[in-house]
Parts: sequence; structure tokens; C-alpha cells
Amino acid sequence: MKIVSHRFSILFLVMALLAMAGCAGEQSAFAGLGPVSSRITLLIWIMFTGAALITAFICVLMAISIAGPANWRHKLAREKVIVLGGIVFPVVTLTTLLFYGFLILKAGGKLIRAEDPVHIAVVGEQWWWRVIYRHDDGHTTESANELHIPVGRPIEIELSTADVIHSFWIPAYAGKVDMIPGRINTLHFMADKSGIVHGQCAEYCGGAHALMSFYAVAMAPFDYEAWLAKERADAKPALENKGEQLFLSSGCGGCHTVRGTRANGKIGPDLTHVGSRLSLGAGILPNAPEHFAQWISRHQKIKPDNLMPPFDFFSENELQALAAYLDGLE
Amino acid sequence: MIKTIEEKAALPNTLPRPQGEEEELLRIWETPKGWRWITAVNNTVVGLLYLGAAFAFFVLAGLLALVMRTQLAVPENDLVSQDLYNQIFTVHGTTMMFLFAVPAMEALGVLLLPQMLAARDLPFPRLSAFAVWAYIIGGSVFFSTVFYGLAPKGGWFMYPPLTLTAYSPGDNADFWLLGIGFIEISAIAGAIEIIVGILRTRPPGMSLDKLPIFGWSMLVFAGMIVVAFPAVILATMFLEIERSFGWPFFTASGGGDPLLWQHLFWFFGHPEVYIIFLPAAGLVSMIVPTMAHAPLIGYKLIVVALIATGFFSFGLWVHHMFATGIPALSLAFFSAASMAVAVPSGIQVFSWIATIASAKGGFQLNTPSLFVLGMLFIFTVGGLTGIMVAMVPFDWQAHDTHFIVAHLHYVLVGGMVFPLFATFYYWAPMVSTRMLSERLGKWLFWLMFIGFNVTFLHMHITGLIGMPHRVWTYSEASGWGPYNFISTVGAYILGAGVLIFIIDLIRNFRVGKCGVTNPWQAGTLEWLPTDVYSTRSIPHVTSREPLWEQPGLAEQVSAGEHYLPNAPTGARETIVTSAIEATPQYVIQMPGNGWAHVLAAVFTAACFLLLTIKVVAPALACAVLAIACCLAWVWELDKGSGKGPVAIGAGLKLPVYVTGPMGHGWWAMVILMLVAGALYFAYLFSYLYLWTVSPEVWPSAAQKLPALQWPAMSALLFVSSAAFFAVAKRTLPEPGKKHLLTPLLLLLGALSSVLAVCLEIWCYWQTGLRPTASSYEAMVYMDSILAGQLVFAMLIMALFVIARHFTGKLDRVRSATLENTNLLAYYTVAQALIGLLIIHGFPRMIL
Repeated sequence: MKIVSHRFSILFLVMALLAMAGCAGEQSAFAGLGPVSSRITLLIWIMFTGAALITAFICVLMAISIAGPANWRHKLAREKVIVLGGIVFPVVTLTTLLFYGFLILKAGGKLIRAEDPVHIAVVGEQWWWRVIYRHDDGHTTESANELHIPVGRPIEIELSTADVIHSFWIPAYAGKVDMIPGRINTLHFMADKSGIVHGQCAEYCGGAHALMSFYAVAMAPFDYEAWLAKERADAKPALENKGEQLFLSSGCGGCHTVRGTRANGKIGPDLTHVGSRLSLGAGILPNAPEHFAQWISRHQKIKPDNLMPPFDFFSENELQALAAYLDGLE
Repeated sequence: MIKTIEEKAALPNTLPRPQGEEEELLRIWETPKGWRWITAVNNTVVGLLYLGAAFAFFVLAGLLALVMRTQLAVPENDLVSQDLYNQIFTVHGTTMMFLFAVPAMEALGVLLLPQMLAARDLPFPRLSAFAVWAYIIGGSVFFSTVFYGLAPKGGWFMYPPLTLTAYSPGDNADFWLLGIGFIEISAIAGAIEIIVGILRTRPPGMSLDKLPIFGWSMLVFAGMIVVAFPAVILATMFLEIERSFGWPFFTASGGGDPLLWQHLFWFFGHPEVYIIFLPAAGLVSMIVPTMAHAPLIGYKLIVVALIATGFFSFGLWVHHMFATGIPALSLAFFSAASMAVAVPSGIQVFSWIATIASAKGGFQLNTPSLFVLGMLFIFTVGGLTGIMVAMVPFDWQAHDTHFIVAHLHYVLVGGMVFPLFATFYYWAPMVSTRMLSERLGKWLFWLMFIGFNVTFLHMHITGLIGMPHRVWTYSEASGWGPYNFISTVGAYILGAGVLIFIIDLIRNFRVGKCGVTNPWQAGTLEWLPTDVYSTRSIPHVTSREPLWEQPGLAEQVSAGEHYLPNAPTGARETIVTSAIEATPQYVIQMPGNGWAHVLAAVFTAACFLLLTIKVVAPALACAVLAIACCLAWVWELDKGSGKGPVAIGAGLKLPVYVTGPMGHGWWAMVILMLVAGALYFAYLFSYLYLWTVSPEVWPSAAQKLPALQWPAMSALLFVSSAAFFAVAKRTLPEPGKKHLLTPLLLLLGALSSVLAVCLEIWCYWQTGLRPTASSYEAMVYMDSILAGQLVFAMLIMALFVIARHFTGKLDRVRSATLENTNLLAYYTVAQALIGLLIIHGFPRMIL
């Protein structure tokens, strides 16, 4: 995973996290980076082993029934075999497995009742994620397409959707939960250690479903608090005045918010700290100035059908200025 | 009767047979030549056409799969655009499920069942021909939409709100809804045919415990279609009405719920998997004993397993919805039910293994048995991964990923496609009296087996390392590239296998008949020598494997020594026997070839498709023409008892016409009413479900509802409608006479129901209920729509019966048409009364 960023602080943090996690951008259910997912990872291995053994056993039985010694075949050719193999064996193994499954569900229940979880709301939108951090004082901070969480604390995510059904999935931490119109689902999980993992929309949600992903960044509690405080703050006055002027005069603020400026649109992702994010376009492009420019000029090519209107009329200079401005919003 | 035959050891008919008997049979059952071939209704012609069309859709949908696999071969590929890819995977899934799997199984039912039952044809030949034509026309148009960008792109599961007009403008989604709704109707027509065929046209002596397992599996299959398909028909009605008129069944802001669709869809969709698998398992249960040359071990256990699968499969639809945030208790229940269904499958697998082990002189290894063994392996893996996804925590990770793609292909390809290819190789000699090539068959098997596993085995991992379902592209960084590349290679190997089959098929049909009968030395009746009239005479059966247990049967049957070696009414006919013991009851006079049902199919398809593109006036014209064609087709049925009774052998003189519960038409009508009942049950479920989701849009007490005297008046009208029909039957005149009271009562009966429905709707409108306002109000009007469509059918039927009365085709004896109309009327009135009770009672009750 290449993360290109010329901002030290973030770069530093990212590099440190990359080093710690070993495999940043992990999107595997085998990773088991939290208690919820690691219980499932164990279950996967148990069931894979069992299934492999049973398949092998059936193959051996088939081989014996075709080419085995006559007395073995004779023993197989009885109704008792059907009762034992087809009824008794599955009933016993499946009942055991079922109760094991209930135990896992019950263990997951503990996290649901845990006190003082971190409250975050994620809203699925065609085809990006609106992320809302709920502070202890009742205020909220809106961000997008990236989820930051503290390590070792229970996380409770409220899942809803603004349009169609999406499904929120970070395989390394937990299974997926659907985002369904008219409902709010909750997802509970915990991260064991710091690192960057990858998540993706799992329920087909039309057009650019394949290009609707995000990064989740697990941080040490102290780092998380610092990050959250920074995320909560307004954007710093722009160093890049020309870019900001272009941003505001071209109507970008009609859809996007940059807190601390006139831009207060609610339709698209909040861009207040977009420069500090790992990716652009909901996990599609690594964050880099040239990618900002690419996104603005040819986003329909990069992410077909996305709902941002075309902005292909900027000159190369203007694009550079806009990209520099956005990249500076850290 | 049967006992006396056994005691005397005499055959039902004696030799020599009269001159010209066989020639007459040949003339009567002749397949029309040239372009008139499309008027043919015989099951061998129609079944082959049905199977051929289903296979063509398999190849087409398979080609789409190759396009998808090519696109996914490498990361960030841009061979196929996002929009086209979304259309392709929707059409691939829809085609495989609705246009290939279910029709292929129905086709095998149509093709094989009458042969296995030694019946001359299925009891409603034109109905199956109608179903086939409707399916071919509707299916072709649906599939072709992918070529001009009009194909639906909501996935084969079509979840709203993505498929509502707000997120899917254009006609694409409508093509799915109307096309599929229409194909479902043809599936139901086929199911009715199959149930009545199995229960009523078995050969004398074949009591239910001697029915070949394929017959049992088709019986359960058809029963499941009757219960499951109406749920998705109702769902498609809801969705199309919401798309066209804005009734908020699925819109949360109007009190609807997108999950209602998922419940209805999977209440159909999960049984659908077993609907596809059970007949295929039945086929395997036929092939295994033949190749072992020994009877199936555990016949009764398998029958129980088939029925149990049918029941269980309706109790586990929610396992497709584990990630929707439903309560833990439901999760536990549906998880347990999903595992329980593994037991019947286990019974079948072990029964096959036991039977293989019991082989006398070794299990024959040839193409059909290789496919059976391949199926055993693939289906076992599919079953085991099925158990994995029944585990709720595991499913949370695996759901909606390529793990599921792998799992469902293991189940469906293992459970259905491999048995189907075994079937092709096994039964081809029955159809063409020529065997397919064993050499090519082995190539085909190994290419398909290796290709399949190379494509899908490691795809379980692809899913668990994070690759979701239904993505047209993925990043290089995901690390999924090599996994996908291997899958693509496997897909092409699999495709090469299918290509070899097509070559073998062309080879087979290029050359004329070879005269091979029963090349596998099988024991069941479809291997009797046949001609266009099926078997020369209909055998008296005393065992499960008559060709093994009753020596000389084939010769006796072809010599005409068994039942009905001739055509006593001078037209197409077969023997109808009792449902359990299979004692002969009457000879059914069957319709021959004709145009009416073909045109009815053409106009029905045209009506649906024109509605899809919203050309309403021509669509209505087509609807009128379709109904007219149906009536023209039905006009010739109900032939009366003029030509009977006839002798069929063994001193039996059977009537050629019966009415009431013994008649096959009465049975079909009852099954049709079960379909309507299942549809209404799905409606009641939806009504109560939406109430639990959004009780706030339900009126408390009686506000918004008409005062009670209004529904009471509707109820009175409905009851009197039923009474009019009942009395009308009593006033039927003696044969040859006419009685003006009968048509008058029938008309009054139909009109009072029409009036009752109109009154209902008028009352709702007067009290200010508007179907677009809330899900509650939409459900109120929906009840009237469901009653209204039955009443419409009742009106048409009543007018039809009146016309028969005036043309002298309806009297005290020849009354089957009226009896069926009355059944429809009674059912309609019963449903309408329940509807009134729910609509007016429930909101008052919950207060």
C-alpha cells in the first residue's frame, strides 16, 4: 500500500502505523485484529478443518463403494449406513456446532453491553461514507470516507443510509452489518492494536458499488484523542488563497463543507480536513496533490456514475491551485 | 380387479391385435410436419423444445459469465464498463435461476415423466405447450435486453430501494419485473401439469410406493413451486406498482419497508434452491441404481428426505438476511433450521453411496456415472459451505462476498448442472435411440470437473480475504489478482467442456435413429420401446423396477398385450388412475395440436412486454387477444361422455368423461386455488409485517375506514354471489335441453362479485384513503386488487360457461366447466370475505 503524502505529521503517523500493523490496508476476515473478528477467524479454521475431513471421508467412502473389497462394500450397502451417516452423524455434529455458534454470539453480546463505548455514526451514501463522531459533550464532528478509532475501547457504530441499502464491512474487526432505509443498525467491535485496515461496501448498491471503500485507522487512545480534537477544529486559514477562491467561486461549497469557510454544502463529503485523509474518492485514490487534480478533472472516468457534477473546465493552473488548497486542508 | 389378473397370470389384452390398430395410433399421435410443428403439443416434442431452450439460456448466461471472468482476470481491468458489468451480472443470475434452472427441471418433468409413467402424454398437453412458448418468447426478449443496454442492473435479487424509480429510472428494472413475473406464471402452469400428471396418470398398479424417485422429487418440486412462487409474484406486483404508481410498499418514509421485499423474495428464493436441487437429486436416484444394477437402498428414507427438504426449505429464508440487523432470537431459529436441512441431503448422499456399494458386478463407470460421482463431491463441498454460512457469526463475514459466489455455484452446479449433464448422457438414447459419445463424454466430464473446481474452490478464500460480490473491478493493492486470474482460467476450461458437449449433441442429432433401446439395462418404464404414441400399450406394473422384476414386459407392451393398446375414442387419450393405488378410473380425452395456445402465449408475452415499455393501449389489445385465444383453446376441452364408455383390457370398461373430484380438471383447479391461496397468504404476511414495522401509519380504531355497514354490504354481495353459482349448478338442464335460469344465475353471481369489489374501492376512496399516501393505504387497495383480479377471472369464466350453455355444450352431465367455475367462485368469495375481515376488523381490533 503506497501512501503518498508530503505532510510530515500525518506521514509520520501513517508510517508508524504501517510499521506496527505490518500489513496496512488489510481487508481479510482471517486477520482477526479484534476480539469479535478473531473469534470468527477461529470458527473459520475449525469449520474449514471439519469440512475438509468430511469431504475426504466421503471421497474415501465413494472409492470403497466403487473399488473396495467385497466385504467392505457389503457392509456399506445397508440402510443402517444411511441412518448413521445421513442422520445420526449430521445431527450430532451440527448440534455441537450450533451451540458453539450460540456461544460466539453470546460472547459478542458482552461488547454490546459494555460501558462507555466510542460513539460513531456512519451513513451510507451512493457511493461514499459520511462519518459522524459523537463527542461526550453532545456535539458532533462530521468527516467522510475514513474511520478513526481508539485501540482497546469498545466501539459502537450507528449505521444508517441516505439512499439505498449498503453494508458496512471491516473484515479485520467484525462481520458486516447492512445499512437499511428507515432503520438504524448498530455494530460493536474493538481493535486490539494500532494499524490501518481497509473496509468496503458489501451490499450491491448500484453503479459504483465496487468503488465504495474506506480506511479504518486504529490509534492508541492518546493519539486518538489528539486526532479527534484536531478533526473537530475548523480548517486553518488557507495558505493557498487562489485555490480557496476558486473552490468557493466555482460552487464547490454548494455540496461540500469546509468548516471555517463559507463552504457549507451537505450533499457531498465534508472536506474540512480532506488533506489529512489517506485516500480520495472513498478509498479509490491515494491522497496526493496530483490525485486531487485528477479527481476534479476526470472523476467520472475514475469513478463512473458518481454523483459529483463534472468539473472539466479548469485550466491546468487552476487545477494545481485547487489541488494545493485541498491538499492543504489537513 | 388387479388381483384377479395376477391370479390368472393373464395379460389385460390378448393377441393377435386387430389390423390397423397401431397405424391408427400413429396417425392420431403424429407430429405435425414443417412449420406446423409449432402447433405440436405432445410431451416428447414440447419437452425437447423446453429442454433445448433452457440449455440455450444456460449457454448464453454462461457466455456472460465468461465475459465477467475475463473482466475480473486482472485488477483494474477496463474491458467491460461498470454499467455493462452491472447489467451482465444481473442478467447472468436471473437467466441461470429463472430461465435455465427451473425451466430445465420442468422440461425434464415434461419430457421424462410421461415416459416413466408410461402415459401417452401429460394430462394438459396444451398447458405445457403454452408454458413453453410463453417462456421462450418472454425469456428471449428479457435476455436480449443485455445487447442494447436496456437490461436490469439491480442484481437478480432486485433489492429495493435501489430498484425503485428514484435510483433506477428507465425501463431496465421493469424488464426484470414483468419478464420474470411472466416466466413465473409459466412455471406455475408447468407445476400444476406435473402434479396432476404424477398423481393421476400413473400406469395401473403403480401405487405411490412404486413411483420412481424422480416422480417423487418432481411432486415435491411442483408442490414447492405452488407455495413459493406466489410470494415472489406478489413481491414483483408490489414493486411494479410502486415503480409505476408510487404506492409506498418499500419506501420507509411512507411506512413501507425495503426488508419486506427481502422477506418475500427469499421466502421464494431459498426454496428455489431446493426446487432446483430436488429434481436433480431425483435424477441421480434414478441413474445410480441403473449403473449399480441394483435397487436403490433406502427408497423410503429418500422419499421422506425429499418431503422433509420441501418443508424445511420454507423455514430458513431469513438466513439470507443475517446481516440486516434482525433480532438475536430469529437468528438462532433460522440458524438451526438452516442446519436441519442438511440432514435430508445427508440421507440422499449416503443412500447413493450405499447403492453404489451394493452394485452387482461392480458399479459401471461411464459418462453418466462420472457426472454423478462428480456431483457427489461438488455437492458435498457445497453442502458443507452451506452449513458454514448457516453459522451466524461466520455469515457476517462471508455474506455478500465471493465466498457466497463459490458456495452457491458449488450447490447449484453440483446439485443441478452435473446431474443435468448425467441426465443428458443417460437419457439421450431414450429420446433419440442413439447414445452420445462416451469418449467425448469423458473429455467433457474431466474438463468440466477440473474447470469447475479450478474456478470456484479457492474462490471461497477470495471472498474471505475481502472481495465482495458484484464488483466490476478491484485494486491491485487488494491482492485478489492471482486468485481471480486462476478462477478465470478455470472458467475457460469449464467453458471448453460445455463446447465439447455441444459438439457431441450436434453429432448425435445429425445422424438418424439407431434403434438402441435400454442401453443401460435400466429397470424403469421410460426404457420401454416407444413411438410417437409413447408405449404401444400401457403396462400393468407390480414393482418399482418393472423391467427387472417383470420379465418379458417390454415385448408384451410392444405387442399390445397391456392396457389401452388402441384409441377407442379415435383421438388422443390416456388412462387416469386413482391418486394412491393407481387403479384405473377413466380414459381422458386429450386435446391435439392446435394454434390457440401458441397464439395465447404470443399475445400474453406481447402484452407483458408492451406494458414494460409503457405502451398501454396495444398492451390491452394484446391482453384481450390473449384471453380470446385462451377461450378458443379451452372451448374444445370438456368433450362430454359421448364416446364412452370404452374397454381398455382385462374386462375393464371405463368412462371417457367424469366430473367432480375424480376429474383431472377439478384437481388442476384445486391446485390453482392453492396457488391463489399462497399468494393471498403472502399478502396477509405483508400486511401484518408492515404493521409491525410502521404501526404509526395504521389507523387507530375506525378512523379513515368506512363505517361497518359498507363492508357488511360487500360481504352480503359476495355471499350471494357464491349462492348464485351454487344454485346455478342445480338448475342445469338434462342433456339436449336449455334452461334460461342457469345463465341468468351465473350472470347474477359474477355481477354481484363485481359490484362488491367496486363498492369496496368506492368506499375507500370516499373516506379519503389514497394508496399513495402510506403503506397502510396501499395495502388496503392491494386487497381489492387481489380480489378484483379473481373476480375478473370469474366474470370471464361465467360468460364462457353461459356461451357453452347456449351452444348446447353444458348440461347436467357435461358440467365440468361449470364445476371448475364454481370452485373459482367459492375460492374468490372466501378470500374476499377474509380480506374484508382483515381490512375492516384488524385496525378496529388493535385500537
